Amino acid sequence: MNDLMSVVDWSRAQFALTAMYHWLFVPLTLGISVIVAIMETMYYRTRSERWLAVTKFWMLLFGINFAVGVATGIILEFEFGANWSNYSWFVGDIFGAPLAIEGLLAFFMESTFIAVMFFGWKKVSPRFHLAATWLTAIGASLSALWILIANAWMQYPVGMEFDPAQMRNVMDNFWAVAFSPVAMHKFCHAVFSGWALAGIFVIGVSCWFLFKKRNEAFAIRSIKVGGWVGLAGMLLTMWSGDGSALDVARVQPMKLAAMEGLYNGKCGQEIVAFGILNPEKTAENDAYPYLFDISIPKGLSFLATHKFDSFVPGINDLIDGIELTPEGDTIRTESYADRIAIGKKAHEALRAFDAASVAGDSTAMATAAADLKANYRYFGYGYLQSPYDAVPPVALTFYSFHIMVTLGGALLLVLILALWFAYRKPGTLRNRLVQWIGMASIPLVWVCSQAGWVTAEVGRQPWIIQDIMPCSAAISDISVSTVQITFWMFAAVFTAFLAAEIGIMLRQISKGSKSDYDSLKS
Amino acid sequence: MKRPALPVRIIRFYVDGFRQMTVGRSLWALIIIKVIVLMFVFKLIFFPDLLKSRYDNDVDRARAVRHSLVEGEPLK
Repeated sequence: MNDLMSVVDWSRAQFALTAMYHWLFVPLTLGISVIVAIMETMYYRTRSERWLAVTKFWMLLFGINFAVGVATGIILEFEFGANWSNYSWFVGDIFGAPLAIEGLLAFFMESTFIAVMFFGWKKVSPRFHLAATWLTAIGASLSALWILIANAWMQYPVGMEFDPAQMRNVMDNFWAVAFSPVAMHKFCHAVFSGWALAGIFVIGVSCWFLFKKRNEAFAIRSIKVGGWVGLAGMLLTMWSGDGSALDVARVQPMKLAAMEGLYNGKCGQEIVAFGILNPEKTAENDAYPYLFDISIPKGLSFLATHKFDSFVPGINDLIDGIELTPEGDTIRTESYADRIAIGKKAHEALRAFDAASVAGDSTAMATAAADLKANYRYFGYGYLQSPYDAVPPVALTFYSFHIMVTLGGALLLVLILALWFAYRKPGTLRNRLVQWIGMASIPLVWVCSQAGWVTAEVGRQPWIIQDIMPCSAAISDISVSTVQITFWMFAAVFTAFLAAEIGIMLRQISKGSKSDYDSLKS
Repeated sequence: MKRPALPVRIIRFYVDGFRQMTVGRSLWALIIIKVIVLMFVFKLIFFPDLLKSRYDNDVDRARAVRHSLVEGEPLK
């Protein structure tokens, strides 16, 4: 069992490592492609050489990021087949179909229109070139849509029926999978956060130009476009985050409880604005959850249900079987102990199906399949030894959520101030402190973005498919050493790619600052 | 002068584009190195599709996963 858990934990770590490296590149692609498209639209409308130079500069940085980031996500698909083979088989086409659509879209849309973006300046009409730039931006977002649909299904499995003969979940409602509210909010949240990230990136790089006292008009022009896209992205990220919070309260309430370090809920539950968790606290003792906390009264009730006085269940309430309805009302459902019993009944039914299948007894197979269907909703709980095994790592979920929210708020302020200064007080942008804040915001926006994914993925543990399959059941029969070796190989190779990107990008940024727009025209 | 056919124009578009690249050359080198490392080193050596490599058909793969899941042990 210890060896199994080591394989599970190392495989989790490897997946987290590769996904986080992949997500270094993706949000910048999503956001900066929109910024470049807006800049080129300005060029198309004004035919100003200044807008052309601005467009070409940021398009080059987009190209560098795209080139370095491309194919980093394919590693995740390798890991599904090798490390998570039970899972890969079990999910069948539900997971495969969106990934296949994503692959086709990415290949045809992005590769075609990116070529026009970079090779077509003097070979296609300005209108066609502009269309290609916009289609590249739209294609990047559409690619992300299918990946996020697949991810959302893991968090909220809908639109399928389990077939014990195939041992696969078979999609019976494509639209339920594709347009589940979790998928839509997740898509909006991820894509708009990419706009915010790219806006901050453009502001930060522009602040570097201002810091070097070069290309000031170029920098302020860039701050204006990046600031507007970033501000729109940040506000829309907050709006979609609100929708995601409602989803989480309804379909993953344990994640919400972990995000807040909430063990025992109440009506009118406060939200922790800043807190330090008590490391001694677990679901099994009565210690106070926080060493220090500053809370906003009734905030969590409002976040979870849009009602100030509703009950928000904590970890212990959920274990006891108290949850929320979609309307925000409290209901009593099965306790986690009951769910474990139901899950074990589902396992017994599958075992009986297996025996009947080997014996060729179709009547017994049908009976077992019916028993399995009746208990399948808690299939994953059958693997748990104790209700407390369903509690995610609270500290990591809590801190990553609060880091995301705190940095998101601070970066919203940066975006507002950047726009204010660019339009109303351009002289303030020459202030060293302002420039340093702009440049320092670049790493912070990536930390914010990564923290969001850590919250989403760590907060749903132990599940790889919510309630249906824990990670421990999804894993392949592979040795710990194999996963450890590839973990460190990935760490080395991806770090080298990242260093290459940063090196090439810094060189291009530096060139852009040397001779105003001239170097960009070559 | 007769305009070349569309496929020819598309090929020329790409060929000219690649020829005129500056920064793009190092980026393409990076992409090619990356794809070789990922597809021919990682995929072939370290990440075989276990079910495909161990079982001949989907019936056997389904049975293996069923056995693994009901026994609560990794796939054998």
